[in-house]
Amino acid sequence: MSDTHSRISDIVNSNDVVLFMKGTPLFPQCGFSSRAIAILDHLGVAYESVDVLQDPEVRQGIKSYSDWPTIPQLYVKGEFVGGSDIMMEMFEAGELQQLISEANVSRAS
Amino acid sequence: MAMAANEIETLIREALPDAEVTITDLAGDGDHYAARIVSAAFAGKTRVQQHKLVYEALGGRMGGALHALQLTTAVPN
Repeated sequence: MSDTHSRISDIVNSNDVVLFMKGTPLFPQCGFSSRAIAILDHLGVAYESVDVLQDPEVRQGIKSYSDWPTIPQLYVKGEFVGGSDIMMEMFEAGELQQLISEANVSRAS
Repeated sequence: MAMAANEIETLIREALPDAEVTITDLAGDGDHYAARIVSAAFAGKTRVQQHKLVYEALGGRMGGALHALQLTTAVPN
């Protein structure tokens, strides 16, 4: 495992819910990241975010880590869940709410 | 570099011949698309696996030549 992959692994395994995104939750730099944040905020779940624009190694590494070509990427309990389209599909189907509730993660304070 | 909608559709059909592909040019700028793809190849697969099949069909262009493709996948009824 590369250094970048082990850094990513540390991040996704030490936080219940992590979003790798472009920009920050307050200032998303891409429409897809903005949509992902809107969904997480709507769920009212506590999450960690990683701005890949501040870290070129993570920006590239996250794509090979999950074998997924785009950002944002959502991880729950260390598992890759999907990008913003999958988050939206799962949200609309009630599946994301179920995943979050089954993972027993903390609520946003 | 942007991609034309019919180019996206051709690549998807080459990989998933039965696919019903609907592409919408969201911003009218040839760079922001939404694609809805219905194919029997998605049956029994998770959403992540379904989207990966489409990304593979696009041969690495996703996240590169193709920045903004909003993707919805479904199995035929």
